[in-house]
Amino acid sequence: MTILNLIFIVFLGILFFIAYFHISNYILDIYGNKTLKRYNFENSIRVIVFITPAFIVLFIFILYPVFETIRLSFYDKFGREFVGLYNYKWAINDPEFRRSILNNLVWLLVVPTLSTFFGLVIANLADRIWWGSIAKSIIFMPMAISFVGAGVIWKFIYEYRGPENTQIGLLNAIIVSLGYEPQAWLTIPMWNNFFLMAIMIWIQTGLALVIFSAALRSIPKEMLEAARIDGASELKIFFSIIIPYLEQTILVIWTLITIIVLRIFDIIFAMTNGEWQTGVLANLMYDWMFRGGGDSGRGSVLAIVIMIGVIPILAWNLYKHRQEQKI
Amino acid sequence: MKKFSISSILSQLLLLFFVIIWIIPTFGLFISSLRDKDLLAISGWWTSLTTTEVNEIYRMSGMENQIEEDGYFKIKGKLFEENSGKKIESFGITSKKINEFNIGDVAVFKDESEVLLDENGNYEWRSKTEFKKKKGKRLFTTSLSPPAFTFENYREVLFKEGIGRAFINTLAVALPSTLIPLIICSFFAYSLTWMKFYGRDTLLAIIIASLVVPLQMSLIPILTIYNDFGALFGVAAKSYPGVWMAHTGFGLASTTFLLRNFLKSLPNEMMEAAKVDGASHYDIFLRIIIPLSIPAFASIFILQFLWCWNDLLVGLVFLDQVPSEIILTAKLKELLGSRGENWEILTTGAFVSMTVPLFIFFALQRYFIRGLVAGSVKG
Repeated sequence: MTILNLIFIVFLGILFFIAYFHISNYILDIYGNKTLKRYNFENSIRVIVFITPAFIVLFIFILYPVFETIRLSFYDKFGREFVGLYNYKWAINDPEFRRSILNNLVWLLVVPTLSTFFGLVIANLADRIWWGSIAKSIIFMPMAISFVGAGVIWKFIYEYRGPENTQIGLLNAIIVSLGYEPQAWLTIPMWNNFFLMAIMIWIQTGLALVIFSAALRSIPKEMLEAARIDGASELKIFFSIIIPYLEQTILVIWTLITIIVLRIFDIIFAMTNGEWQTGVLANLMYDWMFRGGGDSGRGSVLAIVIMIGVIPILAWNLYKHRQEQKI
Repeated sequence: MKKFSISSILSQLLLLFFVIIWIIPTFGLFISSLRDKDLLAISGWWTSLTTTEVNEIYRMSGMENQIEEDGYFKIKGKLFEENSGKKIESFGITSKKINEFNIGDVAVFKDESEVLLDENGNYEWRSKTEFKKKKGKRLFTTSLSPPAFTFENYREVLFKEGIGRAFINTLAVALPSTLIPLIICSFFAYSLTWMKFYGRDTLLAIIIASLVVPLQMSLIPILTIYNDFGALFGVAAKSYPGVWMAHTGFGLASTTFLLRNFLKSLPNEMMEAAKVDGASHYDIFLRIIIPLSIPAFASIFILQFLWCWNDLLVGLVFLDQVPSEIILTAKLKELLGSRGENWEILTTGAFVSMTVPLFIFFALQRYFIRGLVAGSVKG
């Protein structure tokens, strides 16, 4: 496909949707008032015009796939024959699956917690210092970068050369200058997971930081002043006033990062491709989508396990939404 | 205020420490992408501003270049280009003793041929007997190399490695994948907020549930649909329109949710007044909602655009990995595998892929942050 063709279809694609809404509403505006006397009837046609495209997309890309994936998890690799719980039994006995579950759990434990913690600490520090906004900008910047780009950045940091060579990776250069042997960081089982998590923390701290910064501004200044006058130390203020005050925000950020971490794929795919025992569920699933011609049964089971992880959050969101509706 | 000065200094130092840790990785990548690729491979980027000591191996020319002069057979030549700025300090003729000779010394090989070398890399290799080998002998040099920065890496990556095309492809994926959901979701969010119809609350609940559904749940069924669709109509199943719609699907819930939250905050009286004046919903949408929503649109546009630009999984599954379709992140991943040792290509490629996000980040940070704070949650 040439570049000109590409530009052409991009315009065509966008234009199509604008044209759909404009033309259908134009027709309704002209003929609606004459032929459809009752305003309500015209109104309901317009509702259909407004919501149909979004609903079709929602149905094809979210609603139908959720049920189809559940169905496929009970079928064989081509999705043709019903095999009952076979795929689930396979998963439980598969060492790769167990490893991935374990890794995912460690990721879920470490990354949201540390990102939230760093975000909170940095937001607090930056709030009181005149160059704080520049600092926030810098720490927030990795949020804009792709996971793969971040992967390249960090792979360069973890780069390993044999002990006889000059180390061009920063981490090994530091280790060598301290008098230790250089290490191939990404190949040391279990520890390599933490080197990968460091990348994610590096990225997600920025997210926590900006949300906390916004929330910090909502803490009444008088309260902090009063505490200071009473002689409370900054640490005491942090633990006794700021943390209790931001409890809700902490929870929101923690769940947000949890959702992102649960489906983490890119970093591991780019850095180790799940080797050296770094695989997580999303990588294993991608693998099974194509391994041996693809196994939709096993892939679906893995997707469902990821889904199970978000169900508590989903239920909590729906509950909160209902509470809001009642008010 | 004096009481706080020590704690203030401490917190400044602590923040500085965080900032340095956070900036160093990106900074190192940026510096490396501008360095000469030979230097990049042998020295850390943090040495790039100082003169580096470089050990290299060169091979002199062979017999076809020899001339007869003053009773000697001579081969003259240059080890490297003069303008590289390198200055040779010492050299050797065996790999065991690479610092054996200083500039000005005459090194004698086993076959009694001699070599003279100056600091700019000009050598004169002479022998009483004729040279008979096609390949010249090796010289081991230790030279001082001045800091060298170049845009050569960028030229190579953009035009030879296919990153340039991947950049255009990514743009062709990300722009429609951002605008299409924005168009259809603004109507969707409008009707969810300001129109009354049966099933509205259920639809809203579905949207809220969809926010957190991981996109892995959709991959297999949608890939199947695409393949069936392709087989049915005899067209390539994986291509741009397919990817746009996939991104639209995965971004639909969050876009609708954010837009609805914004629309809900607009005053109801305005809509009522417009309706009384005989405006249809489409008029209200065009004349009132769109102008008022520009800041919200900007935030959502940035979020969704960055998401699409940075995505790997969707581009990997729903596009063929061929030069005319591969996106930047997938290309980078491919280079990580095939050119894992060529750091000049990787660092430069990564930086090219980061230009657009970084530009958006620095130019439109306010909208970006506003969008995130508005409660972005994305499955």
